[in-house]
Amino acid sequence: MQIAKIIITCCLALTGLLAGTAHALTVAERLALAAGDNDQRIAALARVVAVGDPGASPFLKSLLDDNVKLVGNKIFVVDAGAAINAATGDHVELPADAEDVVNNNRMRSELGAAIAALDLRSPDAAVRLQAALALRQADAADSTFALVVQAEKTEQDKKIQTILAEIRAGIELHSTDVVLRLKAARELAASTSAEMRQLLVGRLEPGGEADPEVRSAIATSLRALDQRLVYFEVAGTVFTGLSLGSVLLLAALGLAITYGLMGVINMAHGEMMMLGAYATYLVQNLFRQFAPAWFDAYILVAIPVAFILTAIIGMLLERTIIRHLYGRPLETLLATWGISLILMQLVRTLFGAQNVEVENPGWMSGGIELASNLVLPYNRITIILFSLAVLLLVWTLLNKTRLGLFVRAVTQNRSMAGCVGVNTARIDAWAFGLGSGIAGLAGVALAQIGNVGPDLGKTYIVDSFMVVVLGGVGQLAGTVYAALGLGVLSKFLEGYAGAVLAKIIVLVIIIIFIQKRPQGIFALKGRSVD
Amino acid sequence: MTTIHDRTSINQGEGGDHLLQPGVLDTSHGVVLYLEDITVSFDGFRALNKLSFSVDVGELRCIIGPNGAGKTTMMDVITGKTRADSGTVFFGQTLDLSRMTEPQIAQAGIGRKFQKPTVFEQHTVFENLELAFKTDKRIWHSLFGKLKAEERDSIHEILATIALLDKASTRAGLLSHGQKQWLEIGMLLAQQPLLLLLDEPVAGMTDQETERTAELLNTLAGKHSIVVVEHDMDFVASIARKVTVLHEGSVLAEGDMNKVQNDEKVIEVYLGR
Amino acid sequence: MHTRYQPLLLRLLGNSRWIGYVLAISVLCILVPVLNLVVPDGNVLHVSNYIVSIGGKILCYAMVALAMDLIWGYTGILSLGHGLFFALGGYAFGMYLMRQVGLDGVSHSNLPDFMVFLDWKAYPWYWSGSEHFLLALLLVVLVPGTLALVFGWFAFRSRIKGVYFSIITQAMTYAFMLLFFRNETGFGGNNGFTDFKRILGIPIATPEMRMTLFVLSGLTLLAMLWMSRCIVESKFGRVLTAIRDAESRVMFSGYNPLHYKLAIWTLSAMMCGIAGALYVPQVGIINPSEMSTANSIEIAIWAAVGGRGTLIGPILGAAFVTGAKSWFTASFPEYWLYFLGLLFIIATLYLPQGMMGLGKKIKGKYA
Repeated sequence: MQIAKIIITCCLALTGLLAGTAHALTVAERLALAAGDNDQRIAALARVVAVGDPGASPFLKSLLDDNVKLVGNKIFVVDAGAAINAATGDHVELPADAEDVVNNNRMRSELGAAIAALDLRSPDAAVRLQAALALRQADAADSTFALVVQAEKTEQDKKIQTILAEIRAGIELHSTDVVLRLKAARELAASTSAEMRQLLVGRLEPGGEADPEVRSAIATSLRALDQRLVYFEVAGTVFTGLSLGSVLLLAALGLAITYGLMGVINMAHGEMMMLGAYATYLVQNLFRQFAPAWFDAYILVAIPVAFILTAIIGMLLERTIIRHLYGRPLETLLATWGISLILMQLVRTLFGAQNVEVENPGWMSGGIELASNLVLPYNRITIILFSLAVLLLVWTLLNKTRLGLFVRAVTQNRSMAGCVGVNTARIDAWAFGLGSGIAGLAGVALAQIGNVGPDLGKTYIVDSFMVVVLGGVGQLAGTVYAALGLGVLSKFLEGYAGAVLAKIIVLVIIIIFIQKRPQGIFALKGRSVD
Repeated sequence: MTTIHDRTSINQGEGGDHLLQPGVLDTSHGVVLYLEDITVSFDGFRALNKLSFSVDVGELRCIIGPNGAGKTTMMDVITGKTRADSGTVFFGQTLDLSRMTEPQIAQAGIGRKFQKPTVFEQHTVFENLELAFKTDKRIWHSLFGKLKAEERDSIHEILATIALLDKASTRAGLLSHGQKQWLEIGMLLAQQPLLLLLDEPVAGMTDQETERTAELLNTLAGKHSIVVVEHDMDFVASIARKVTVLHEGSVLAEGDMNKVQNDEKVIEVYLGR
Repeated sequence: MHTRYQPLLLRLLGNSRWIGYVLAISVLCILVPVLNLVVPDGNVLHVSNYIVSIGGKILCYAMVALAMDLIWGYTGILSLGHGLFFALGGYAFGMYLMRQVGLDGVSHSNLPDFMVFLDWKAYPWYWSGSEHFLLALLLVVLVPGTLALVFGWFAFRSRIKGVYFSIITQAMTYAFMLLFFRNETGFGGNNGFTDFKRILGIPIATPEMRMTLFVLSGLTLLAMLWMSRCIVESKFGRVLTAIRDAESRVMFSGYNPLHYKLAIWTLSAMMCGIAGALYVPQVGIINPSEMSTANSIEIAIWAAVGGRGTLIGPILGAAFVTGAKSWFTASFPEYWLYFLGLLFIIATLYLPQGMMGLGKKIKGKYA
């Protein structure tokens, strides 16, 4: 019986495909879907699904969204306040005596599955993917089986095909045919989804699978699936850890320059990041207003704007305040704290105390789904790449350019550098500007993943100082290892202990670590001058 | 909070009828400082390379050597500032310096003068000497202890020795460079050490001051064992009885001034043949 | 030396410093209470409750500034953990105050309201004994003292100095703030402790109690000032300053800086604890925001503005900054942070000796 049904629906679907035209539902079909008792409506729905026409799906969506009203035998679809007579397509005033079409939960889940099944034939791959995911989640009904099988065969997209195969196997797992069930059970070993895990667990419960061979196949598949899920979870933690680490790296790189190379404790570093984030916000607004077509590219403008803005502010601060405080790191700490208070209040005065909205460019939303529990968002990936690029830039600047040579010379021996003709004052300003500019870049990145508000900088300042302390002064490599290591470590600890305790544990670990290596991971050992 | 200070009593008995007690200074063999096979490396660079030498009780020893020969590192190892990678360093026969902290080593009787004069600039000259003066240096005593009359007298004696009597209540930061050097030497004397380590004591001094420093060191020798690191060859010649030449972290030559100056290897190193 | 044989009273009066002490004590214990409680409202001489409450706050802050001065001004170690020690003292005494609420809380339970909301059935173990007044007083110094001792031992032992130490203490403060923000930590989470009812069974919200706490704070401050004076004028104090100026010389002179630093650091933390304990009943609330890193840095600016390395300076600094804050937040709230920020910059750039140094300079010019 079922096989016959499958064959018929396949043929029908095929003709539909060959015809290539999408015809909407007839009025009678619509009436059958909207009126009558639930069993009749579900039967009508099954018929619509069997036809497999994607053109039916808007009406089903309206039904699901409770936008379909009935007046006697007339159907009205409410769309954005206006009612449309389904028979004529005219816009009309919704009659006062219109009744809602009531959908109970069963009806809703059938409708959802039906919509998803029909969407599997959409020409848009993203829609098909969404549909497949929805179907998998919806505990796909038998009525959609034919469409799923059909779609699996014709689907070109590997990822969607895999999901469809899972759904098919999931349905087949309930089949009356032992051979089919066994095959399905074995097939599901390759799955990575939590839904399929649920399904397998359900089949192993008493009253589920009866056949011992199938049971053991299910158990084996379940173990394989669990193992893979754990593996993906670890991979996911490592990824979020690296992502946090790269944010810390961006925040700490600038500090590594101002503190590590110049001995200045810049407590306003966080505020430089905050200014970078606000610069991003402003550039975004300008694009939205004047060049909405280019909106996705605003970030390319925001990067140099944020860098130059914060670098200039940094250089100004260095020339006016910080240069008077060289060799007195505790005083720089206090003075820059004062600067940070002023900058924070300034931003509050200009933009208000509330957080502002920074929207990701379109290409940054979404992500790569490696498994149901492992999605790598594009914005995080972008930030990891971005921080590596900034790292490379800083490394090149310090090691391959004259400026870098001078900065290193001044770091090692200020008076000697001065003697051989290096303009130390100018180098100080440039180096501080560079450090601040990198903070601005960090701000651009932070604006993509978090809230942008006047307090943005304060959230990161303690963590980024920890990175510098742990990494060792004046050591780019140490900063990199410390940032990524701390990021991954805290994410793993968060999994076990929660965010707050993880932070505390990390701090304790750092303090213990410093017992062993007071100069950080990469300490330059040497004859200290006393 | 145990300190070597309470446990150290000086045992300078003749002959071999004493017991060896760890923690008690024992110079009965006439040697106050032993260094044996000391190696220290910084990031692969060997600052000291199997350095061995010893200093006798009451001796005045000069150490010379080109820059980077390891002179200061050697002092760091003796005073506990740097730990040797390998080798042993003993004060007398019983005190293993590699197991003691800087303050413990100081209390055991080793005083050190830095290359750059290091005094407490915000304190007066008298207070500087008072702080250095040999006494119980634990917290409780510092809080409630009072300076005894005889201690005050010996501080005044030291002030006279270093010619700073009229500057007793001047802030040390206001002294000239040479005066600071003298004050630091005075602080070492106040510590009443058995062994003095002086890192370039006459750097930046006028000729007259240098002369007087040489005089002072000559009078101190005998009462104390003294190790002087110096570049100024005239100064070395004026005080030295025995000279040790360091080169690339180990001893190149040792002997009296004449012998050292005529040593082939020393000439080669210094003149770079 | 010659004063030794003079009668006590003459000696006291002959010493301007002691006149200052006597004057301060009499103002605190007689003048302010009389002007606040006895002189009627509306009279020109009446000291308002508002002034008394700000005054009480300033007295507590002054103790913290003094503690900061001992560790930073004299020993050269900038602590960014003093706000934490202050808050811990406050929490320790706050536990006692919460116990004293008894059944008068919103939930009329034996437990504090926040524990009832968490559905806890009994006090957690670390609350045990907090109902005893004397034990609470002990905790006020022991909790910050022990934390300082343990933390300091680890930090000083590995020779963490200068800004490293500041940053590590800041991180410690930050971690504790996060810890106290958690509801499950058992200290009231976000809201902390508030709505206190009585101390030793005596209602807390009366003018008499407010005045008692005020006078007590003043006397405590004077006692701390006297103790600090004894410390800095002893050889111990000279060793501290020597550590600040040339730590290696101190070591090679045979002192163990670890012990000295640890002693003054722990003492300083305990002073903060006492200040916190006096502060909490006067302002009627303690919550984790007291532990914010900003608070700890502000303490440093009290000392810097007043003048590091003088004992009176930081007290004046605390009074000045707190007074300015009260005035600004009442009159121009949006300009307060500008002012404070500028104060940080000016104090570090132009006033290395703080107000005391400025005073000396002006005096020197006209003398």
